[in-house]
Amino acid sequence: MRIALIDYGAGNLHSAAKALMRALDETGQRGEVIMGADPEVIAMADRIVLPGDGAFRDCRESLAVVKGLEEALDHAVRGKGRPFLGICVGMQLLATRGLERGITAGLDWIPGDVVPLKPADPALKVPHMGWNTLAETARHPVLEGIALGPDGLHAYFLHSFHLIPEGTGNLVATAEYGGPVSAIVGRDTVIGTQFHPEKSQVLGVKLLANFLKWAP
Amino acid sequence: MLKKRVIPCLDVKNGRVVKGINFVDLADVGDPVESAKAYDAAGADELCFLDITASHENRGTLLDVVRRTAENCFMPVTVGGGVRDVEDVRALMLAGADKVSINTAAVRDPSIVGRAAEKFGAQAIVVAIDAKKVSGDGESPRWEIFTHGGRNPTGIDAIGFARAVADLGAGEILLTSMDRDGTKAGFDLALTRAVSDAVTVPVVASGGVGTLDHLVEGIREGGASAVLAASIFHYGTFSIAEAKRHMARAGLPMRLDGLEGTP
Repeated sequence: MRIALIDYGAGNLHSAAKALMRALDETGQRGEVIMGADPEVIAMADRIVLPGDGAFRDCRESLAVVKGLEEALDHAVRGKGRPFLGICVGMQLLATRGLERGITAGLDWIPGDVVPLKPADPALKVPHMGWNTLAETARHPVLEGIALGPDGLHAYFLHSFHLIPEGTGNLVATAEYGGPVSAIVGRDTVIGTQFHPEKSQVLGVKLLANFLKWAP
Repeated sequence: MLKKRVIPCLDVKNGRVVKGINFVDLADVGDPVESAKAYDAAGADELCFLDITASHENRGTLLDVVRRTAENCFMPVTVGGGVRDVEDVRALMLAGADKVSINTAAVRDPSIVGRAAEKFGAQAIVVAIDAKKVSGDGESPRWEIFTHGGRNPTGIDAIGFARAVADLGAGEILLTSMDRDGTKAGFDLALTRAVSDAVTVPVVASGGVGTLDHLVEGIREGGASAVLAASIFHYGTFSIAEAKRHMARAGLPMRLDGLEGTP
């Protein structure tokens, strides 16, 4: 299995690469993680992972300046249905628009806006930073075998904005933080996690392994 | 529900841990990456590296430590010490830091906080505040920011500064009481509470932890979102698991999955 980990200068890929390799081991499959932004790498990949750390606008610009990258992603994911995972800002970029420091157009693969977190309880601090549990809002193969709910496993969050999909159909899981926070979104062969699976220890490796086994 | 965090902090000098951690099965107690792996396995919620290397010339050594840690640990890492400009922040982020902590540079010129947050997002930018109480008995409490390990007074009010950097885009405040640091007498709870109440971003309490009850107090009375400690963990006085279980028994929401001894 060839896993393309998109390197577009928006954050560090070492943890994600290592976590994907460990997840690959867990699935019992052989394969490799290829870091790059070359359209050819993406065209040949069986799985595509788009990480992203930083501000929405900055990540969006970094993505846009790599020649041919967006076209290659669109062709592989929306054209050929290759399973795709966006992580953190890599997930937020799936939205129609990002509202962090002005309005920035996203990839618009999952209609919706990336908006500031506004917990109902004003005593709750923003950013939403640390370990939280997940609640499933729609069944999805990437959550197979993962203990969810208040007594379940934890995922590591580090963000001030989240993606609110239009309608509820594309929301897969939420975290509770003064109201529901979008934790996982999904549509067709696209999945995105607001939290960092590569930093989320047991839950993270399991979710990545599920993503690699997923055959939509 | 979001859990409270326990964060061990490692002082790193020229790429080596200054106070090596006292874990029995550690091959090299001076290797920060070995220590980070041990804390990762022990269930720490995050890790903090504080670089105390005097010169900036060997910055590559620190970056290498961060890179190797990111390759070997599935845990979030904050790196601070010697961050002078946005380029330093970028280098650490690209090496694998999840958050970068800015201290003296933010005191000299708070605008670095806004510039760094614009580039990397508020969630990645921590401002480390070292404060000392300067008010006398009977006066209303006042804390001042000190730099250079508590030696240099700045005349800047710690509470006002915390509010200002949070407004500029800091996503977290790492608050150290220089009066308590190294004393094992517990956090300066009045300081922690005053800063927590002044800002809408999470506050990490630091300086003075000697007992597990101190950790509970930092959250419950200080209003902190996370507690940071060094020597009680490094010297094996308490394990991460003991700390987190103690805090959970005291009624605080803690993440207990991933702890040693937990199935």
